[in-house]
Amino acid sequence: MNVTRRQFLKVTAAGLGSSSLAMLGFSPQPALAEIRNFKLARTTETRNTCPYCSVSCGVLIYSLGDKSKNARAEIIHIEGDPDNPVNRGTLCPKGAGLLDMIHSASRLKHPEVREAGSSEWKRITWDDAFTRIAKHLKADRDAHFIKTNADGATVNRWNTTGFLASSAASNEAGYLTHKVLRGLGVVTLDTQARI
Amino acid sequence: MAWQSLDIRRRSATTTPMPQVRESTEVAKLIDISQCIGCKACQVACMEWNDLRCEVGYCVGVYDNPPDLTAKAWTVMRFTELENDGRLEWLIRKDGCMHCQDPGCLKACPAPGAIVQYANGIVEFHQEHCIGCGYCLTGCPFNIPRLSDQDHKAYKCSLCSDRVAVGQVPACIKTCPTGALHFGSKEDMKEHAEQRIIDLKSRGFANAGLYDPPGVEGTHVMYVLQHADHPEWYAGLPQDPAISPLVEVWKGWTKPLAIGVMAAGVLASLIHYVMKGPNEISKETEKEVENETRPE
Repeated sequence: MNVTRRQFLKVTAAGLGSSSLAMLGFSPQPALAEIRNFKLARTTETRNTCPYCSVSCGVLIYSLGDKSKNARAEIIHIEGDPDNPVNRGTLCPKGAGLLDMIHSASRLKHPEVREAGSSEWKRITWDDAFTRIAKHLKADRDAHFIKTNADGATVNRWNTTGFLASSAASNEAGYLTHKVLRGLGVVTLDTQARI
Repeated sequence: MAWQSLDIRRRSATTTPMPQVRESTEVAKLIDISQCIGCKACQVACMEWNDLRCEVGYCVGVYDNPPDLTAKAWTVMRFTELENDGRLEWLIRKDGCMHCQDPGCLKACPAPGAIVQYANGIVEFHQEHCIGCGYCLTGCPFNIPRLSDQDHKAYKCSLCSDRVAVGQVPACIKTCPTGALHFGSKEDMKEHAEQRIIDLKSRGFANAGLYDPPGVEGTHVMYVLQHADHPEWYAGLPQDPAISPLVEVWKGWTKPLAIGVMAAGVLASLIHYVMKGPNEISKETEKEVENETRPE
């Protein structure tokens, strides 16, 4: 391409002129609102209870997708449940950071056992864990159950095992816990909900 | 009226007028310092909602953690131990963007659209337009924006404009366990503050008051202070904040003047071209000059 000196100067001047005009504000970009999209739109909302302390605040868990077959769920946000009478939507710094606990690499996700004398934790199934717990409980109860006291009165006490119930349990779960344990004769029954 | 605003009231480095017809509620955050216990739930909720995770730091001997605002920590609790009239007071101020009605950052910003103010009063940074010059840091009377080392762009609190736009309160407000943080129309917040101030005065804080500094035409984040006559006691909250005179001088008259001088130069050249025309040299003169310079 042949460009004469005059053409070159013309093109340069036009370019300089138009860019100066733009700089002077004659050619602004369209002024549109650019708010970030609301990231919870069409996510799935699940109610649950904060696992940290005994206050047991209600939380709303937001996960990706609509639970359809091919949509892989993933928890992306957690905030307080406004309908829960305990916290009415608020959360403390621990609860507000629950998301990172859920995704923590060191979070315990399955039952593990460390056998007597071993230094290693071994992963077991939930079935194995429940069987193991039941066996231990039965062995202890069979060995130490007190049917009658010194006067011969029936007392049905099982003093060698205690139970710590969950503070996050509902009324119904609390009732069942109480019935099952008292039925077995457990005396030392407590919950963590007393701080 | 809904909080949502699709209208931009002001836009950095832009001279075209902004839409003004639709009416919008002015929103405000009210921070009641007398009810804050410094739990930092607001800090955590802010990071969680805005997808920020600042680096795990070290204890520097005070409760402030992180010790300062960063590009990834948009709000920070500042703790002050004050000995006043033989009593120890623990003043805990939630620091962060004040969302000024007359934002110094926006005025100082040279990048079109990097800083906008919505009609509801929220001042927001749009990092994709940010050129990383840091003028907003100079322009801010409260020392709030921070440049990121990662992308060299400025960041600060957005008042969760994405939540507010759909009628939700900002993340910090929702999580606050003591109810020290409030959000709503600026009018309602001022009314609530009045009640709180009456209560504080009845409890012996004679100088309790609202911090809504007129130097920046008021803010959309306001404090209820127990000692409104001494805002500097609260980790150096400015007594009478104003936009730096440097910004006013540069954006106020130096820049228009320079543009005027440039325009005058262009105009003068045009007039010269019309009046005098291009400098024409006759063939004879050219020949003469050639003969003069040619070595003999």
